[in-house]
Amino acid sequence: MKKLMLGNEAVARGLYEAGCCLASSYPGTPSTEITEAAAKYDDLYCEWAPNEKVAMEVALGASIGGRRSFCAMKHVGLNVAADPLFTASYTGVNAGILIAVADDPGMHSSQNEQDSRHYAIAAKIPMLEPSDSAECRDFAKLAYELSEQFDTPVLLRLSTRVSHSQSLVEEGERAVPEQKQYEKNAAKYVMMPAFAKRKHPAVEERTRALAAYAEASPLNRMELNDARIGVITSGAAYQYAREALGEGASYLKLGMVHPLPAGLIADFAARVDTLYVIEELDDVIESFVRKLGIQCRGKELFPLCGELSPNLVAEKLLGQRPETISLEEAIPVRPPVMCAGCPHRGLFYILARNHCMVSGDIGCYTLGAGAPLNAMDTTICMGASISGLHGFNKVCGPESERRSVAVIGDSTFMHSGMTGLANVAYNGSNSTVIILDNSITGMTGHQQNPTTGYNIKGDPACKISLEKVCEALGIRRVSVVDPYDLKAVEERLKEELAVEEPSVIISRRPCALLKHVKHGAPLSIDPERCRSCRACMKIGCPAISMKALAAGGTPKAVIDPTQCVGCGVCGQLCGFGAVGQQEGGKAE
Amino acid sequence: MKDTKNTKSIMIVGVGGQGTLLASRVLGHAILQGGYDVKVSEVHGMSQRGGSVVTYVRYGKRVDSPTVDQGQADLLLAFEQLEAARWLPWLKPGGKIVVSTQRIDPMPVITGAAAYPEGLIEKIRDKGVEVLPLDALSLAAEAGSPKAINVVLIGLLSRQMEFAPEVWERALEECVPPKFLEINRKAFALGRDALHLQP
Repeated sequence: MKKLMLGNEAVARGLYEAGCCLASSYPGTPSTEITEAAAKYDDLYCEWAPNEKVAMEVALGASIGGRRSFCAMKHVGLNVAADPLFTASYTGVNAGILIAVADDPGMHSSQNEQDSRHYAIAAKIPMLEPSDSAECRDFAKLAYELSEQFDTPVLLRLSTRVSHSQSLVEEGERAVPEQKQYEKNAAKYVMMPAFAKRKHPAVEERTRALAAYAEASPLNRMELNDARIGVITSGAAYQYAREALGEGASYLKLGMVHPLPAGLIADFAARVDTLYVIEELDDVIESFVRKLGIQCRGKELFPLCGELSPNLVAEKLLGQRPETISLEEAIPVRPPVMCAGCPHRGLFYILARNHCMVSGDIGCYTLGAGAPLNAMDTTICMGASISGLHGFNKVCGPESERRSVAVIGDSTFMHSGMTGLANVAYNGSNSTVIILDNSITGMTGHQQNPTTGYNIKGDPACKISLEKVCEALGIRRVSVVDPYDLKAVEERLKEELAVEEPSVIISRRPCALLKHVKHGAPLSIDPERCRSCRACMKIGCPAISMKALAAGGTPKAVIDPTQCVGCGVCGQLCGFGAVGQQEGGKAE
Repeated sequence: MKDTKNTKSIMIVGVGGQGTLLASRVLGHAILQGGYDVKVSEVHGMSQRGGSVVTYVRYGKRVDSPTVDQGQADLLLAFEQLEAARWLPWLKPGGKIVVSTQRIDPMPVITGAAAYPEGLIEKIRDKGVEVLPLDALSLAAEAGSPKAINVVLIGLLSRQMEFAPEVWERALEECVPPKFLEINRKAFALGRDALHLQP
């Protein structure tokens, strides 16, 4: 019986069946569930690594050790892991290695929209791209065969709609190949110039061999229907084209997006009247087709930005637009917000109140940039908060050092904050770094990390002390505050900003959504005492709103008891003692 | 566009944290038992944090796109009134809306930068759209947990679909952890029998 599986779960199924023995990843939307699903298979060792570079190196080590291995990351994670990627292309593999990279066209949960296919071309590594969950499983399995046959890592390109869509998958059995013998071979694994120079021509030869394979591979197929419209496409874009055009077009569906099959493309182009290339993000396939001297229409019709859709294909190729219904009035937007009881809220309120320049980072706390807190000045990439603040302070001087901070989560700090902090200590800026320790990797959906004391399976593991790491990196002033205590946070902040040396404040309180976190009873606001001053509204808690209790009455602050977790931050802002325990309220 | 008459498209929309993902999973598992091709497209990550969220469920003989475009949804299951209005352009003319009457203020309304529009359900009806509103939050509380609004709404939605009650029962068993099964069975039954409760 076929099962309904997320694309990510199907990738995990594929590597399980292929006999993969090790998966090491760092969480990143939309790739996270691959490794989470893989960890449910008992005979497949899985781990969360501190970052993608470490994860990929772990997987390479396992491959050299003779077992099939895996790592997964989001598109920007591949930037972090690019260093091992490019040289692993030269070393090749012992047992097969698969690297899944999930792009996020439309930026549902990302800071940019890069197209990972460029990495496959630049690193000269084959890349497969599935269009649904069945292909996710099939391609993951086949990738290991290709990896071993061509002595290369293989990239699997996913995108949000493939990773996070469920479709039907037929499961197979797990077959674990015998562990390959590790044999010392410096010419293969030691990439010093003398050996690397011999490897580069081998890599070029391998790409030629893979291009020849692509011509007849089952990964690439023609679907010949109406010959007036021919579409070359891959991944999610194939589904959109099929949806819009059905049997009214012919397709060259590419499951292998690097290297591309020149002969197959020319053959297909000769069979159709007008050739279109429908691909998301950059014009990778289109550029290749044009380089072959074949006319086609692509990005002149379709955008480089955002996701494609069936409607867009129908509009551009057929001139059809759907009939829609809409209301005349404006619908207020609903941006994501910090949850009720989020430990980051109080801290960001204090940063806003003190007009701090906030060098931000990647995580739930990036939401501190939104109204009404507006307490973030920069967000670039994992770890940039600390290193960026150091550079900012170096050129803006002591005045800046007394009013600027970096904010970074516990997981992000382990990922790539430590080196930035070492730089602050070593090169001496009086920067103030706040580690938002909510005891979990939050935004990606609660993954453990080296500071939480648990591993991917939820079993107890080494718990790295943030305090000791910071001290060891050369920071003498390291302190801990509870972000629910606004007064304590403000005192600490003012003191550390004033002091003439670098310091770290650890703002420590577990994520309110963690199952083991006990919530207080919901709070309520006494309408008699509330003066409608809106002081409690300044923290942007989704549980608090202003409502008139009687028609035409003055709106008073009201707390939604279904959302409130009793954190008490709003009560600390009320000058009239209006916030209190709800009568009969019980802690959960 | 190709003939999509045989493919049904359902959208589940709401506010991050309301449990739309479980609703789409239950729906997907019910459809699967009917022997259809099916795709369920979800949203994870940042927008889950109290933002506007959408899940697409499509089924039929062959399903290509996992997402639903503007003007293509047969059914819109909205967990919140404003979200029903936001996603209205995705409804196919002649499509239906099942909506929880719950109102959750988005941040621009909380900060006073925007007002929550009044009378949304009537305004949508004025456009000639069939709307089935339901106080799902009260029924969920009656079932034993305010979190069960997702299953209450699936109960009401099930009346708009062709599957037998046993199919839904099995889908619930497959998607809900055993310790919450009883509450969710109750929630489903309350939703399914709630047509007469419509305001």
